[in-house]
Amino acid sequence: MTGRNLNFKHRVAVVGAGLTLFRRRMLETPQELAWLAARQALDEAGLTLKDIDCVVIGSAPDAFDGVHMKGEYLAEGAGGIRKPVVRVYVGGATGVFVPIAAWWHAASGLCKRVLAVAEEKMSHAAKPHPQYVFRYIWDPVVERPISPNLLWIFAMEMHRYMYKCNVKKEDIALVAVKNKRNACGHPSAQLCNPHIKVEDVLNSEVLVWPVNRLDVSPVSDGAAAVVLASEEEARRITDTPVWIKGIGWTLDTTHWTNRELAYPEYVRRAAEMAYRMAGIDNPRKQIDVAEPYDPFDYKELHHMEGLGLAKRCEAPILTREGVTQRDGDLPINPSGGLLGVGNPIAAAGLMKVAEIFWQIRGEAGARQVKKPVYTGLAQAWGDLMQAGTVIVMGI
Amino acid sequence: MGWFGFQPEVVDYSFREMVFKAAQRAYEDAGGLDPRGEVDAFVSCQEDFWEGISIADEFAPDPVGGAMKPVYTVAGDGLQCVGQAYMMIRSGLFDVVVVESHGKPSDVETLDEVMFMATDPISIRPLALENVHALAALEARAYMAEFGVAEEHLDAVVEKAHKAGVKNQRAVFASPGRSRSATPVVAEPLREADIAKFVDAAVVVVLASERVAKKYNDAPVWVDGVWWSTETSTLELHNWAFPLHAREAADGAYAQAKIADPFKEVDFAEVDNRYAFKELQHIEALRLAPRGMAKDLLADGAFCPGGRLPVNLSGGALAEGVPFEAHGLARLSYAVGVMRGEIKAEVDRAETAVVHSWRGVPTTTSVVAVLRI
Repeated sequence: MTGRNLNFKHRVAVVGAGLTLFRRRMLETPQELAWLAARQALDEAGLTLKDIDCVVIGSAPDAFDGVHMKGEYLAEGAGGIRKPVVRVYVGGATGVFVPIAAWWHAASGLCKRVLAVAEEKMSHAAKPHPQYVFRYIWDPVVERPISPNLLWIFAMEMHRYMYKCNVKKEDIALVAVKNKRNACGHPSAQLCNPHIKVEDVLNSEVLVWPVNRLDVSPVSDGAAAVVLASEEEARRITDTPVWIKGIGWTLDTTHWTNRELAYPEYVRRAAEMAYRMAGIDNPRKQIDVAEPYDPFDYKELHHMEGLGLAKRCEAPILTREGVTQRDGDLPINPSGGLLGVGNPIAAAGLMKVAEIFWQIRGEAGARQVKKPVYTGLAQAWGDLMQAGTVIVMGI
Repeated sequence: MGWFGFQPEVVDYSFREMVFKAAQRAYEDAGGLDPRGEVDAFVSCQEDFWEGISIADEFAPDPVGGAMKPVYTVAGDGLQCVGQAYMMIRSGLFDVVVVESHGKPSDVETLDEVMFMATDPISIRPLALENVHALAALEARAYMAEFGVAEEHLDAVVEKAHKAGVKNQRAVFASPGRSRSATPVVAEPLREADIAKFVDAAVVVVLASERVAKKYNDAPVWVDGVWWSTETSTLELHNWAFPLHAREAADGAYAQAKIADPFKEVDFAEVDNRYAFKELQHIEALRLAPRGMAKDLLADGAFCPGGRLPVNLSGGALAEGVPFEAHGLARLSYAVGVMRGEIKAEVDRAETAVVHSWRGVPTTTSVVAVLRI
């Protein structure tokens, strides 16, 4: 089974990261957004496009950008021209998967310096709302005829979690409050709100009970990029490489209706794979900072439990006690996450990886957590409540 | 290796059932491999718009036995998935990786419109081309003008493909009596017979590390190199006369496989010929003929079955059809069949093969793999 042989020929490090603004209705084309992030990552690593051997692109449904074979189109802005470029895809979990795929590009010894770029331009997709794209994600035979909406099934999941763990909406709203406040330290943030309170979340419009508008991340455009390098190259490029210590991912069955929605087993398995590779046996103690995927506030709690950062049903308690605050014992989403920085699907996942990179280097500015950071984790989630992607990084 | 379909319209099976069938055959072929216990990761190659499903990768795990395991999708040709699997195995983290790709074009009502959606939304789409093959026709014109390729050379490519295809059990479009020049013009200089039809198919390939391969197969076919490249996707700026992407992909794969002179060292090739002129272009890009010389070597019979370096013993896409992103795996599976001796083909030696795929207009990506036994 995976992880049997841990004697890799090539260790791989992240040596630079870049991020565009996350906004609704950006004027740049998808290609331009990709390039803005890519160039920033290259600049941070002190490299140019000529130094890059291979490119990995991540982007979620083609329908958002409205381009068939979006990878071919994005190859232009992502710096993939006249290079081996590949687009990988695991729905919403794509953002964290991009550096996972980039890892084996370098770990195989076939590429020395790899550019990983994620882009999403949602706001001009479909009418009347980008949500319309989600009408086409269902089983064409048994589900599409009942016209489900993506928010419905997440409302079911949230409700199930609340029921199983006896969690109140007030407890869950604390996550939205924390993340939207954290985002005020982030230069890319779309939804910073330093004054937001739990009542604001509870009083925002109900979309599908128990999901209110401020429980959900916004529609965003944006791009993110990281540069990866094999050990020898990484040491040449920088004195402070951030090593990729573990990768893991899992896809559960497509049949979401048969799933226990209260606990993301697929995230647990993905984390297990990454922890085994990274030699982590007590994540609660060994992970200093984490960026779990938070497109909804309850998902942060859900994912903390799946990742073993909290026991089952314990995440709301840790949140209430302030453990997950930026100055807490286990800072969770110090960037502001998707709820605060924004959610251009694939780019949002890679933003989390970039955040962990900056946290470990001590370069997160106003967002830098109080405790020293040696090991961090980023995680994303996607498809039909089905995919979990996990990356562990450290010094 | 397992495949299913290669019919213009597979009516009795959904795309998921087709993949299941292909996977079942592949696992049987790999000595009864158990996908639930013995596979480390699964890769699926597909595109949302071909599937008619947004986030189509949701459907990847179940048909291959990958639910609750590491599964992901590459939005690219199946051969690119082989490239990813190759890297994964070389990293040391994975021993057995399964690659899947499928296409069910018969489900798509608006193929031309979908293909046109792949063009740049700002610079090309406003042209509202009525026929997306016009983009290939422009490339054909540029190539033919630069290298003195005439219509009779395209006649020869089509004739060779259909003759070879007759011996390929899954080449449903092979019709050797058909004369290219008698078919109507689609977009000057492309005639109907120049353009491969679409076909429904699924192909599943099992790749394993050197450490464990012999456990599943006594005579494995080794992937000695695989590489890919993308030329500029801005149509108006790319090289219309020569597929640089195929040249760069080939050079990368040859370097890994330590092949210095492909024309001498490669025994046979399976290349993309979804347009007849593309076969000549790709032969040259893969250094199996000097630039502009493929037409002459073809006329001499070098690339025919039994020739000096047979190209597309299967008949290629012109005879088999194009199953969307499974096309590269179709080429690969045919080459593997020939190398294992399961397919009786007219080839002197079948120890080193080169396999190539391209994704059709308006894309500029090629993948090349070198296989050895």
